[in-house]
Amino acid sequence: MAVTTYREALNQALREEMRRDPRVFLIGEEVGLYDGAYKVTQGLLKEFGPKRVVDTPICESGFTGVGIGAAMVGLRPVVEMMTFNFSLVAIDQIVNTAAKLHYMSGGQFSVPMVIRGPGGPASQLAAQHSQSMETYFYHVPGLKVVRPTTPADAKGLLKSAIRDDNPVIFIEAETLYNVKGEVPDDPDFLIPLGQAIVRREGTDVTVIAYMGMMYRALEAAEELAKEGISVELVDPRTLRPMDTETIIGSVRKTHRAVVVEAGAGFAGMGSEIASSITEQAFDDLDAPVERVTGANAPMPYAKNLEKLKTPTKERILAAIRRVCNANGG
Amino acid sequence: MAISKVVMPKLSEAMESGKIIKWLKREGDRVQGGDILAEVETDKADVEMEAFGAGVLRKILVPAGEKAPVGTLIAVIAEPADDISALLASAPTAVAAEAGAAGSASARNDTRSAPPAAPIPAAAPAAAPPRPTVVSPPAPTTPAVSVAVPAATGRVKASPLAKKIAAQSGVDLRLLQGSGPGGRIIRRDVEAASQRGPGPMPAVGVPAVEGPEYEDRPLTQIRAAIARQMPLSKAPVPHFYVTSEVAMDRAWALREELHALEGQPKISVNDLVVRACALTLLRHPGVNASFQGASIRVYHRAHIGIAVALEDGLITPVLRDCQAKSLAQIAVEARDLAERARTRKLRVSEISGATFSISNLGMFDVAEFSAIINPPEGAILAVGSVRRVPVVEDAGLGVGRRMMLTLSCDHRVMDGAMGARFLQDLKRLLEEPLRLLV
Repeated sequence: MAVTTYREALNQALREEMRRDPRVFLIGEEVGLYDGAYKVTQGLLKEFGPKRVVDTPICESGFTGVGIGAAMVGLRPVVEMMTFNFSLVAIDQIVNTAAKLHYMSGGQFSVPMVIRGPGGPASQLAAQHSQSMETYFYHVPGLKVVRPTTPADAKGLLKSAIRDDNPVIFIEAETLYNVKGEVPDDPDFLIPLGQAIVRREGTDVTVIAYMGMMYRALEAAEELAKEGISVELVDPRTLRPMDTETIIGSVRKTHRAVVVEAGAGFAGMGSEIASSITEQAFDDLDAPVERVTGANAPMPYAKNLEKLKTPTKERILAAIRRVCNANGG
Repeated sequence: MAISKVVMPKLSEAMESGKIIKWLKREGDRVQGGDILAEVETDKADVEMEAFGAGVLRKILVPAGEKAPVGTLIAVIAEPADDISALLASAPTAVAAEAGAAGSASARNDTRSAPPAAPIPAAAPAAAPPRPTVVSPPAPTTPAVSVAVPAATGRVKASPLAKKIAAQSGVDLRLLQGSGPGGRIIRRDVEAASQRGPGPMPAVGVPAVEGPEYEDRPLTQIRAAIARQMPLSKAPVPHFYVTSEVAMDRAWALREELHALEGQPKISVNDLVVRACALTLLRHPGVNASFQGASIRVYHRAHIGIAVALEDGLITPVLRDCQAKSLAQIAVEARDLAERARTRKLRVSEISGATFSISNLGMFDVAEFSAIINPPEGAILAVGSVRRVPVVEDAGLGVGRRMMLTLSCDHRVMDGAMGARFLQDLKRLLEEPLRLLV
């Protein structure tokens, strides 16, 4: 086990899977000669050559379609979105073709494809490049959606995604590429899709969060520990399929829940998780489930406003204190 | 300190209004939880109404001698600094006119139709019917009437978890003041209440009873059919009767022996019957049951109603958890209940919630009779007098003491054989009365 960055962990996952399985290839803008816009594919062109690391024109709908076609005839493409916001111009390919082909062909075709790239709020990338893109995909039957929070998860989940026979939306984050953590070297290290993890054990309240929000919730949890509030943190890791069992199990223990998400709250992941908790653990709840979500606005470019658009630590703290009735009710 | 609304409590299922006999506290008096605020007259009994919250009795809205419908605001408890004008303004018009002392006229007009602005730890009294889903018995050891939460009227606001824990631990949510947002009862309130345990009432130790108060068993097809058919023949409760004669010689002798013991309370025949019924009900939960329309509610505790004749009627005080009480405890408590029934000093919790009843006309030299079931109970036992009668003994005739018992049963709940088996076991207990002591 070595300490490495989230970026390097992704690179290891791609390299190991390409070495293991000759059907795996990369396709996208700048993935080859430029080593990737965010250097996730560094050195892979050199090792695997231009047949397996394919630079494309700026046309997401085109190279996503190429990926789908390749997957249909037996290859295992990994399509890179320079940022996931660009997947919007490929959304018909993803939603109407990749997700549905297995169903509409009566199982004659599978689309074992990964579409990966960074998404979510970053640093002054403004309205069009800061979106929590998972919300556009986890609604769609036929897609799996992964949001890995740590370097080890990034590696283990990307390798599982590449080995999965379904289209997998794998959304990283610009802000996490330099995060360091311990990552297993074992080429068979896998984290199954659809498995949440308890990142921090606690007894008073369950906080569900992923990606940057998980790190922010972790800070809040440390602060609340000083006040005597014991926070359990659950990271779903895969948003679809969602591991509600782990979430419900935690809520049954703590009797309170707060869901934190960076995206705008309306019909968001927080609503989905909150309704699962209400349906499955109603009698265990001692307070209504609270959501802390991004504001209902496009991401501002101004730094001070950008900070207010996503859930701040203060808002997370306030929500946790509210469900714990920690401010005198 | 929050403002506490004092409302006319619902003291019996049938009660629609109550009359204030007198106020025992005056406006301006400081009151503590548990203080007696007033005496209230109902159709059943004169009941003392206790304060729940602490503070100053700021306003009395219904003077002594007047009647008020259940759920009506009749007084307000608050700290002197609390603004209660909005609350008074929301009270019935005749009352609002008196609110000038506390709030300005314009404020009063502005807020008349608005909800009370001050934090009130309870749902506003509504015209909604009493909520029957609270399964815990009103604990006899807690204040009989909650004034902070309208007793048995309106909705009790409690978290799902609090409701679950309350049902498991036998805490009556209606008697709690919630500490959550908007007065919601949350887990810590229920846990605190169940840890507080017995309150100020005279409590003869009853062992803690584990487990839920009751369970709802789904109707079997045949039971559903019986439940449909029987009321057609004798609406609304289809009665049937099972009678048995009990040899009371040994019970009589035991009673004489107990009376000879120093320092023991007098044990009546009825006390023996109550004790025997409690033990038998535990063995025959099907008799300790009530018809609920789509299900049969089977009680796991024996709360036995004991009919007490009054000059102008009848009242049935309830001896709770008889299954957990010794003969001496039953004797002491039953006598206390009966005496207070005759002086009309019963508390609300003592005249409701029976799971089974006993009517004893033995003192009137009645050989046997049939009693009418007191819904929603499923059965009632009619007890005749203990008579000296000629009996056939091994070799010839002798003189024995005999008592007739008649069980009236709700056919929707049980059948003849079930009632007969209950009676058989009851008879055996009374004929081998040492079993009542162990």
